[in-house]
Amino acid sequence: MNDRFGVTRRAFAGAVIAAGLGGRLARAQGFAGLGADGKGFTPATPGKVFSFPADHGPHPDFRIEWWYVTANLVDRSGAAFGVQWTLFRQAMKPGGQPQGWASQQIWMGHAAVTTAELHRFSETFARGGVGQAGVDATPFHGWIDSWNMRGLAPINDMNIAPLELNASGADFSYALRLDANQPLVLEGDAGYSRKSEREQASYYYSQPFFAVSGRVTLDDKPIEVIGMAWMDREWSSQPLASDQTGWDWLALHLNSGEKLMLYRLRQTDGRDYRTGNWISPDGRSEQISTADIKMTPTAFTPIEARKLPTAWRIEIPTRGLSIETTALNPLSWMGTSFSYWEGPISFTGSHAGVGYLEMTGY
Amino acid sequence: MRVIWILATLLSHWRRHPMQLATLLIGLVSATALWSGVQALNQQARLSYDRAAATFGGARTSTLVARDGASFPQQLFVDLRRAGWPVSPVLEGRLQVGGRSFRLLGIEPITLPIEVGNAPAIGKADLQSFIAPPGQTLVAPETLAELDQPEGAAPISSGGATLPPLHAQPQMVPGVLVVDIGIAQGLLNRPDQISRLLIGKPRGPHPPLEAVTGDKLRLVAADSESDLERLTDSFHLNLTAFGLLSFFVGLFIVNSAIGLAFEQRLPMLRTLRACGVSARLLNAVLVLELVTLALVAGLIGLVCGYLIAALLLPDVAASLRGLYGAEIPGELTLKPAWWFAGIAISIIGALAAATASLLKAIRLPVLAAAQPYAWQQAQHRWLMLQAGLALVVLTAAGCFLWFGDSLLSGFAVLAALLLGAALLLPAMLELVLSVGQRSARRAITVWFWADSRQQLSGLSLALMALLLALAVNVGVGTMVETFSRTFITWLDGRLSADIYINAPDNAQATDIKTWLRQRPEVQAILPGGRTEAQLDGAPIEIVGLPDHATYRDHWPLLQSTANAWVRLRPGDAGFVSEQLARRLNLGLGDHIEVPAPGGKWTLEIVGIYADYGNPKGQITVNIAALLRRFPAIPQTRFGLRVAPPEIPALMSALQSKFGLDARNLLDQATLKAESRRIFNRTFAVTAALNAFTLGVAGIALLTSLLTLGNSRLPHLAPLWAIGITRRRLAAIELLKTLSVALITTLLALPLGLLVAWCLIAVVNVKAFGWRLPFHVFPLQLIKLVAVAMLAALAAALVPALKLARMQPASLIKIFADER
Amino acid sequence: MTSDRQIVLSVRELTKAYRSAGERVEVLRGVNLDISAGERVALTGESGSGKSTLLHLIAGLDRADGGKITLDGAAVGDLTDSGRAALRRDRLGLVFQQFNLIPSLNVEDNLAFQARIAGRHDAAWHAELVKRLGLSTLLKRYPEQLSGGQQQRVAIGRALATKPLLVLADEPTGNLDEATADDVLALTRDLVSRTGCGFLMVTHSARLAATLDRRINLSAGLIA
Repeated sequence: MNDRFGVTRRAFAGAVIAAGLGGRLARAQGFAGLGADGKGFTPATPGKVFSFPADHGPHPDFRIEWWYVTANLVDRSGAAFGVQWTLFRQAMKPGGQPQGWASQQIWMGHAAVTTAELHRFSETFARGGVGQAGVDATPFHGWIDSWNMRGLAPINDMNIAPLELNASGADFSYALRLDANQPLVLEGDAGYSRKSEREQASYYYSQPFFAVSGRVTLDDKPIEVIGMAWMDREWSSQPLASDQTGWDWLALHLNSGEKLMLYRLRQTDGRDYRTGNWISPDGRSEQISTADIKMTPTAFTPIEARKLPTAWRIEIPTRGLSIETTALNPLSWMGTSFSYWEGPISFTGSHAGVGYLEMTGY
Repeated sequence: MRVIWILATLLSHWRRHPMQLATLLIGLVSATALWSGVQALNQQARLSYDRAAATFGGARTSTLVARDGASFPQQLFVDLRRAGWPVSPVLEGRLQVGGRSFRLLGIEPITLPIEVGNAPAIGKADLQSFIAPPGQTLVAPETLAELDQPEGAAPISSGGATLPPLHAQPQMVPGVLVVDIGIAQGLLNRPDQISRLLIGKPRGPHPPLEAVTGDKLRLVAADSESDLERLTDSFHLNLTAFGLLSFFVGLFIVNSAIGLAFEQRLPMLRTLRACGVSARLLNAVLVLELVTLALVAGLIGLVCGYLIAALLLPDVAASLRGLYGAEIPGELTLKPAWWFAGIAISIIGALAAATASLLKAIRLPVLAAAQPYAWQQAQHRWLMLQAGLALVVLTAAGCFLWFGDSLLSGFAVLAALLLGAALLLPAMLELVLSVGQRSARRAITVWFWADSRQQLSGLSLALMALLLALAVNVGVGTMVETFSRTFITWLDGRLSADIYINAPDNAQATDIKTWLRQRPEVQAILPGGRTEAQLDGAPIEIVGLPDHATYRDHWPLLQSTANAWVRLRPGDAGFVSEQLARRLNLGLGDHIEVPAPGGKWTLEIVGIYADYGNPKGQITVNIAALLRRFPAIPQTRFGLRVAPPEIPALMSALQSKFGLDARNLLDQATLKAESRRIFNRTFAVTAALNAFTLGVAGIALLTSLLTLGNSRLPHLAPLWAIGITRRRLAAIELLKTLSVALITTLLALPLGLLVAWCLIAVVNVKAFGWRLPFHVFPLQLIKLVAVAMLAALAAALVPALKLARMQPASLIKIFADER
Repeated sequence: MTSDRQIVLSVRELTKAYRSAGERVEVLRGVNLDISAGERVALTGESGSGKSTLLHLIAGLDRADGGKITLDGAAVGDLTDSGRAALRRDRLGLVFQQFNLIPSLNVEDNLAFQARIAGRHDAAWHAELVKRLGLSTLLKRYPEQLSGGQQQRVAIGRALATKPLLVLADEPTGNLDEATADDVLALTRDLVSRTGCGFLMVTHSARLAATLDRRINLSAGLIA
């Protein structure tokens, strides 16, 4: 989504710069002329007709794109786990996409495992064009280094399942199988997702209905896990609006089988841009407008001289929803080259369930 | 407040005795300056080695390389990454730009491990500008100047390819061009090839190397010390030894100045105590005073040290480039640690030099006890003690020589030898002077000798400094001169062709040779070729020479079997350089196995030759045999035998016809001149430091005499009173100083020759791997004696003149004040 | 003596022995002595009778073997080196035969020296001392540029500049000719009376001793 888009763009840009700078953090707007406009790249415009499996693959004419999976899992004893697997693509230049080192695509991977006690993460970078990282639409396969998101035969391109997902860091790894029967969900307005009142927008579809089974390994100790996962696919070319400082994004699995995606985009003028989609168990999606969403932080966690709102009260009166969210681990800080908060949550109130929260720009 | 008043009172002494203060400061300043100057040079050089080593994974990073040492497909990089190996590709090659050869490094900045450290390349520049067309060529500012191109210009390689626009990076190593790996593959025409993979910090478990790449690659572990560091260690040890010597000479001065000042201030210290200053406070303020002075002197010394380093840096850089091919930026950059260390060394030096005086002040009884004036007894005891110590130190020198087998032990021999000799000096002088005294008949002569003896304790430190400086001068001078003669003879033998040509490629080389064969003035074309290989873990050169009378007659073989050149022809025998023979302990008839593309190449050693100035070991074989074993060697180098009058015409013909420039076409005379120039600069630093040391020793002598001057008045006044004119007294004083200095100088000569022998037979062999024939140069020695006597004369003249012109009233006052 | 005045120095049963050439020499064998404020006492005795030793012990320059010295209520023997230094600095004025001026300081700084390190420099008193000692024209000179009498006047001034409780003088006129000695001693007596401090002077001259309030004689390690 727009805000999420901004956040991840920043994360991506910052991380890439940091790689070059040898650890020095860069200013958010500084990389690759992204602070300017997306001139030369293809803009996201309303009325796109999605086509699968082609749209599962990369869209190099757009500046930025990602394949984003978050999973809420439990082990046999019922202890909760969160897993994140993200592959970002960034184009440094518009135009033809030559192969080999001349390719202007840069890839970045983030992976994390979260429990109530610990939060472990890893990141990696790659140039496009030589095979170190990439995404093939048919048969579906996204990878960077040894991390993979691969379609398992026979894959159904309309629900992008089943998938196998794996990643590893210095002190964690995981290998999961993702299954889904429901079709993909187009977010925003039929997959056209505005990020502000202005022209910033992205193409955005999700698969929120994955059932997961597999294994998480922490400190060489394998743990069998099962649960639910949510995949977001988004690509765009428009930069973040200059007055947008960050965002708070939620993906919620309601116990009723319904799904809820919503976010708040914080603006310097104090007015938030809020939107979301209510997804019924059969995959139908309805947009929710700014006025219908109320998001209130209820608890803050200090992390590295920042204060992050890790607990929220969410109210959508039109849907009769009023919930309080709690982070599984309030210290789910992604201390990557460009840092943000991303971790599993649970909620109670009018509805109950689990989900993922992402917060950036703090 | 109390401390301030006491400090002010103590300092008031210096205001009344500015010469003493100057002596003290000069001593501290010169000690600090020479020491920190040398440190700055070493630091600068080490910094560049580090940078060179760390340039995108030199020796500091673990790497993967092909088993056969060649480049390998980049698919192996992708395979390893996808198996979880944190590797980053590098392609390296040589590129000719503007007639000069540069090291081209292609790197991949996205995967470049953070641990590669001060990755100079990307710096603050936009990553995008580096990767996205047209990219960037990152170079050191020196390289920019060498290319004679402005920032942003896109140079063209000799192969006609356009490089990305130049971008200067201060942290880069000179002589290296850094571009994106894709661009490097294009420039070097090695598509999809890489030279090595840098290994970053592992991110999780990964399969073993063999499971991913089979036996194609092998792991080269990180090395904390770079090749350059190893090679240049001896050079820096040399510099450090000189810095240390100067430091000690400076401390000699400090010691004598402080000793005198404390002696003169003893009554003042007693008065202070009587007026109610506690011993503890007084001692604290004495130390405070010393530290304050050391601080001031340290700062001045650091500035002087910086200037010395800046002055010597071009020579040091030239030496290192000439000797080892190490590139040092011409600009001096200093870390804060250098400043702190300099100040600290000044303070520590001052405290060390003042230890005896401070201890005396601390133990000072408030009440002056009447002490019998028994200087002779005290001096005798002191001389015996020092002589005993000297014997111990000299024995240690002998032990180092006998048991030591490293460069460090070589320097230990030198240090112990010098220290022992210095300690022994006062006893030797005392011996000579007492012999003189015993043989003297006239009263004034007896007094002359006796008084010289009494002066010994005051002058001995300065004389010791003089002895050390002179001995080192003789030693280093003899070594340099020996080397110079040997080198020039050797160079004449080595450079026996009249013209040397290095064609850009094989095709042009063939064209040139074809053309040359039709020229009647060309008597012979001597093809040559060289390649590099690894032997016993170190890089070596393999040189191919044709079987031609030019080499048979001139090539400087140190040892050889009968018909050595004929033995080379079949390709199963070779010559090795002296360095290599020493390092691998090889002799005639031994066999070595050289790695070659087709497998091991076994060679019998049939000759050993001198190869001065080459840090790498070298093997010389027949050129035809070399080309059979290493078919890929470019056949672009060759020498010509031409009748001397025809040389200029042929050179200009070659120049105009084939566009060869001064780097690829050289006549023997130019090459020799260039080699000699490099050689001379190599020892310019040694010579300069040598001169500095002698200068400091001169200052030590001068200041010792000046400070002694006043305290000597009570000894001279009675002589004046009994009827010896001031002029005569001054002449006697001058004569006394000169004779003591002459004795010291004469003692320094054999010591210096011993030092030279140590340098040639011990230090050089360990440091460079070659041994020179030992020569003595009497003219040089005479010159040095003259210089030393001039220094002594200059130092003794001022106090003597002062005495000659002294007002009688000042002498009378001696009696009035004498208690 | 004038016992209604405050006693500034009290010496009781003081003993001191030295080891000389392997033999023990008892210099002081139980000396008793009191000096009141404003009292001027001459200490006489033969050479080697222990006059200077007694003075040094009182000044805390040396330590006694037995007995007790009480100065301004403090037992000198119980003090540390720093304590004795402080006592000298703040309570005592010392004048030696050798003048003991600081050669690198000029007259003015020498005069003020002890008062400054004692932290009790009094500009008015300093000016008065300069005037009374007749040093006004010599203030910028260095000790070596002064005559013996002038140097000793500076030393006396330095001793009195802190307005001490007790001035100890060891043959202060020993290096001066008779006329100068009388002159210097007259000035000293005058200034001592002016400050009201005690004054103990070692001298071998009966003539000079007679000019003071009291004369005590040290003989065979005892005060007669």
